[in-house]
Amino acid sequence: MSGRERILGRVRRALADVPADDAPYATAVPRDYLREHGERTTGRTVELLAENLADYRALVHRSTEAELPALVARLLAGRGAREVLVPPGLPVEWLAATDAVRVPDRATDTAHRLDRVDSVVTGCALAIAETGTLVLDGSPDQGRRRITLIPDHHVCVVRVPGQVVASVPEAFERLDPVRPLTWISGPSATSDIELDRVEGVHGPRTLEVVLLG
Amino acid sequence: MSGTYLGMPAFPVAAHEAVRDTTLRGNLRHATHTIRAKRAAAVAEVSDWAELREAGRRIKDHTLRHLDTYLEQLEESVTAAGGTVHWAADAAEANRIVTGLVRETDESEVVKVKSMATQEIGLNKALEDAGIRAYETDLAELIVQLGRDRPSHILVPAIHRNRGEIRDIFRAEMGAWGRPAPEGLTDTPAELAEAARLHLREKFLRARVGISGANFMVAETGTLVVVESEGNGRMCLTLPRTLISVAGIEKVVPTWRDLEVFLQTLPRSSTAERMNPYTSTWTGTTDEDGPETFHLVLLDNGRTDTLADQVGRQALRCIRCSACLNVCPVYERAGGHAYGSVYPGPIGAILSPQLRGTASEIDASLPYASSLCGACYEVCPVAIDIPEVLVHLRERVVQGGEATLGGNKVLLKPARGHAVERAAMRAARWAFARPGALRTGQRLASRTRRLHPRTLPGPGRAWTGTRDLPAVPAEPFRDWWQRTSGGKDGAE
Repeated sequence: MSGRERILGRVRRALADVPADDAPYATAVPRDYLREHGERTTGRTVELLAENLADYRALVHRSTEAELPALVARLLAGRGAREVLVPPGLPVEWLAATDAVRVPDRATDTAHRLDRVDSVVTGCALAIAETGTLVLDGSPDQGRRRITLIPDHHVCVVRVPGQVVASVPEAFERLDPVRPLTWISGPSATSDIELDRVEGVHGPRTLEVVLLG
Repeated sequence: MSGTYLGMPAFPVAAHEAVRDTTLRGNLRHATHTIRAKRAAAVAEVSDWAELREAGRRIKDHTLRHLDTYLEQLEESVTAAGGTVHWAADAAEANRIVTGLVRETDESEVVKVKSMATQEIGLNKALEDAGIRAYETDLAELIVQLGRDRPSHILVPAIHRNRGEIRDIFRAEMGAWGRPAPEGLTDTPAELAEAARLHLREKFLRARVGISGANFMVAETGTLVVVESEGNGRMCLTLPRTLISVAGIEKVVPTWRDLEVFLQTLPRSSTAERMNPYTSTWTGTTDEDGPETFHLVLLDNGRTDTLADQVGRQALRCIRCSACLNVCPVYERAGGHAYGSVYPGPIGAILSPQLRGTASEIDASLPYASSLCGACYEVCPVAIDIPEVLVHLRERVVQGGEATLGGNKVLLKPARGHAVERAAMRAARWAFARPGALRTGQRLASRTRRLHPRTLPGPGRAWTGTRDLPAVPAEPFRDWWQRTSGGKDGAE
């Protein structure tokens, strides 16, 4: 007998007490938890996002479309970035003012090559205000998962208020599970030493978020 | 489960050693108290915690009650998304499957994301025996691996180590595994984290095979979820060409939407954060992004035996947050190693004896590793009534009875160690069924009360070692009641 048949057989025998008319999924799970915690104006939701991002040590900036190229240039220069990774669909004007060398997101580059790149600039799929979370889904303005992982400096642009949702349930409603998703809440961190949080382990140690609107 | 812990002494013996270790007690006290207050604050932030907890409980219960259906659906979705599903009835089968899959890649090393399932089956040892080196990449797992130690906490396996000990381990051991610790490494947590970053980076960048567990698996979409903090998970899940995930069959949830509950309750319960730094979800493979080959190994290893127990099956709701460890007064003092399993603390005390059976000394003693204070139940984000299961398992140990082991129904014999207890209970039953004998006995006890010892001899000595025997009253209650008409006569 295969492992599959053995396990499924054991499961069925173990569940002999469950009646055939056991409550179906739709009625078995109550959904009376909140869709959103509290009522806020759109502006207040964006403020909450900024507060929660900052609370987990992301550096938050605000910008208009017109100011963005100069801001991105300043952020990259501030880190002394010589090279910057660029997802294929990133609006070209975002990097119009920087003189950092653009490294395109290519499948053929090795991880070692990416390890020599200083920074990466991306958009995002959405941001969650209540938790201070950015979600990337690999769309053309975000690129492959690894490009936001290996460089030590990640600049992520969030269009506000359009890309901001209030809560985790609202995020799941909007996201496509078929895409590989990366949820980012602040720079990488660990609680492994005495259960105290320390920022900066394997992922980017500096996360800068630009709220664009 | 893994052979690592075979021959473990019973919990009281192991705990006795641990409570005398003042460094260990200091480390545990510091860490658990730090996280307790933070967790309470993180939970208080969401006004609908009770509703989220109930929804989580109901999702897990419903899934468990229809586990066969959801496992088949999961297999179908993962396969459709480009993954390959394997089924492992026990640890040996899982290790054989994973070892075989790594061999197919011709690689001799793998990078690992922290995973309870692979700890449970002792995968690292199995890989080592096959000539494959497994690198743990979670900071705490790295500390445990470098220190040739055992994990003592679900979330923070090196919780028993303080920063000074961690620095010493890094200095002494990193060189043998790869890049040595930086010169002049101090014990500040930020420097220790940096040392781990440098040590592991070369391993991540060259890794061809990654091994992970999964926090959740979505049946409807075939999506797997890994929740982490450091970015080591993302490294292992996206840089290698081959990804092998080993997950217990109870990790499945029916729908994508179900995650909206657990991604609110898990981070707040485990690290006391609104959201953990990184969560990765993937559905099979994606062209030119991440691994080209994805294998999912579904692990039973005692879970179906646990499922067969109508009281005990609620332990399978566990999402491994470790909140119950952090609030447990017994865990805080005894530490994780005394539980003799990768699952320590209250959840371990109900999970290990169900996954492994209660035949060994350690497993038979685990249901007693609790004062039944109930703090674990209160903080559990999926409302596992741990005290209820503990009492249920105590019954099983003492009285024996029906249980399922390795998929077969077995009749357990009553434990030998409890013969005195059983004899005492039989004597009590005999006396209570015979009022005359009871009355005579009580009067005799009252009259001889000045002669009673303060402590018990023989096997009772352990009990009276820390408390006095209750004093017998001068007059039995029933005699007093009759003499005074229930106190109405006002007589003394």
